[in-house]
Amino acid sequence: MTSQPRTLFEKIWDQHVVHAEEGRQAILYIDLHLVHEVTSAQAFEGLRLEGRQVRRPERTVATADHNVPTSDRSLPILDPISKQQIDTLRTNCQEFGVTHYDLNDPRQGIVHVIGPELGYTQPGMTIVCGDSHTSTHGAFGALAFGIGTSEVEHVLATQTLLQDKPKTLELRVDGLLGSGVTAKDLILYLIGQITTEGGSGYAVEYTGETIRALSMENRMTVCNMSIEGGARAGMIAPDETTYDYLRGRQFAPSDYQSAVEAWRQLPTDDGAKYDKSLSFAASEIAPQVTWGTNPGLVTSVDDTVPKPDDFADATERRTAADALTYMGLRGGEAITDLKLDRVFIGSCTNARIEDLRAAAAVAKGRQVSSHVSAMVVPGSGLVKQQAEEEGLDRVFTEAGFDWREAGCSMCLAMNPDKLAPGERCASTSNRNFEGRQGKGGRTHLVSPAMAAAAAIEGRFVDIREWE
Amino acid sequence: MKPFTQHQGLVAAMDRANVDTDQIIPKQFLKRIERTGFGEFLFWDWARLDDGTPDPEFELNHPAVQGASVLLARRNFGCGSSREHAPWSLEDYGFRVIVAPTFADIFYNNCFKNSMLPIRLPEAVVDDLFSRSAQHEGYELTVDLEAHTLSDAHGFTATFEVDPHRRHCLLNGLNDIGLTLQHEAKITAFEATQN
Repeated sequence: MTSQPRTLFEKIWDQHVVHAEEGRQAILYIDLHLVHEVTSAQAFEGLRLEGRQVRRPERTVATADHNVPTSDRSLPILDPISKQQIDTLRTNCQEFGVTHYDLNDPRQGIVHVIGPELGYTQPGMTIVCGDSHTSTHGAFGALAFGIGTSEVEHVLATQTLLQDKPKTLELRVDGLLGSGVTAKDLILYLIGQITTEGGSGYAVEYTGETIRALSMENRMTVCNMSIEGGARAGMIAPDETTYDYLRGRQFAPSDYQSAVEAWRQLPTDDGAKYDKSLSFAASEIAPQVTWGTNPGLVTSVDDTVPKPDDFADATERRTAADALTYMGLRGGEAITDLKLDRVFIGSCTNARIEDLRAAAAVAKGRQVSSHVSAMVVPGSGLVKQQAEEEGLDRVFTEAGFDWREAGCSMCLAMNPDKLAPGERCASTSNRNFEGRQGKGGRTHLVSPAMAAAAAIEGRFVDIREWE
Repeated sequence: MKPFTQHQGLVAAMDRANVDTDQIIPKQFLKRIERTGFGEFLFWDWARLDDGTPDPEFELNHPAVQGASVLLARRNFGCGSSREHAPWSLEDYGFRVIVAPTFADIFYNNCFKNSMLPIRLPEAVVDDLFSRSAQHEGYELTVDLEAHTLSDAHGFTATFEVDPHRRHCLLNGLNDIGLTLQHEAKITAFEATQN
């Protein structure tokens, strides 16, 4: 029997449909449900009110990340409401029998860092979490997306989710990235090209030789920001890079070879059709710096900040004008003239070991500018441990960076790490929305190497030319 | 969930594109473990001056739109984080309907779980509604979910599309979990095929 050629997305979708009927959302089985403290309390409470259990506690994994302090863990949490939320997660996990990586566990960390690191995230899975950056896990050839709290409750109760079948969008990138140009620059560039809603309604598959050449850490950076282009899911077909990464991880399949054989069936078949395909050349991509208040407002480091009149559309002009006002810019400034007050290296986008190595390579033997305060927040306890084994912590602290405990930290500033009004920050995180890193704070998104170089110079520099 | 069939209400216009969930409900209010009481924090950073008092310039603070229950917005409304606190705060504030050219996917989904109807209309139609709301003091819109229509008292009528299942759930105030559990035997059968 010959079957229709299918995309990676279609194969995973088809494999997980429990029930489908005309005019209804499909009931999709969920293989892995990741849970954190901010979007789960109301869902567990919903279960309790209805007298329901967690259907598959063994497919549910929890950790606290959004709210946790990144200072000394032996000290009490000062914010009583944060503490209550973290305590509530612990109690809920105990009551419902869910595995929970608590603050004192070395495996605690950002949920999108620990899932892959511990081997929970695997090719072909459906993965959800009450967090929009769940798209990160798509880097393994999984279908992974963020959901709301009502849906968290739905998954806890039924291990399924009601879903409209998204369309498929192929974003193909060919050629080699130039020296100093990273996966972060690649994804910021793509979002700049397709806009922040270009991926809306689509599951994106990233293809092409540029993508194939990326490490798992870099693939996660790309898939992580799919949501910033409007796509709930971003995925990359699994290959030897994927299998090598997962081999030997704590929760990787025990019969690894059979698992790999099954995973080899996942990549998109020759001749399979996407609903839409767009192609890009890696050689066009320079290091990127966002200048506005959404990730699509981005330009090359060797460019200038645009002016509202550069935009033809009236809504875009208004958006640009509002963004410039908020960012304290007039338009026309060279990106490399922008002076910084703060630098944040961290987040589920860029706090894995490779990201820290890239930043440390830049920081080594240099000093953070006297007018900059810079911090490095590892993505998990294990990343922190490995970085310390490699001596990266000493590189950072000797250069004047603050070296912290794992968590989401100043990516969203729910914990004490935040910008003061008017402070300008180079950040390796994923969102430059107004107030995201603290009310009135001004965020420029960049790669880890660009952030580290900016910390040292006190302004943005073109990492390709910087010595 | 309370049913949604018809609704008539005062319109508040928010003429900004890409309104993200960080603006709708800033993170400092996400630490609560309840589902209610978020309305007073809606658009906190935009709605307040530095001293914490209401900013008279902010759209929703104008005296003419107090009590509004229909929010007129621009494209990509609700982009960003998956926080359901965003629809919780809009609903708690009093909004039942949001009209925009496009919505971010997760936010759109979340609205239906909270008895709120997000309506997608072509950009030109939304432009027309912005002009109408500017023209008429106390401008109101009427939604009939059964008939798929949105209309005003000045001759405007548009039809909108909504997924039949979501419409059914809204009309009857049905909760998804109960509906899904009607198929529990199929879920169990599916699980039996998994190793």
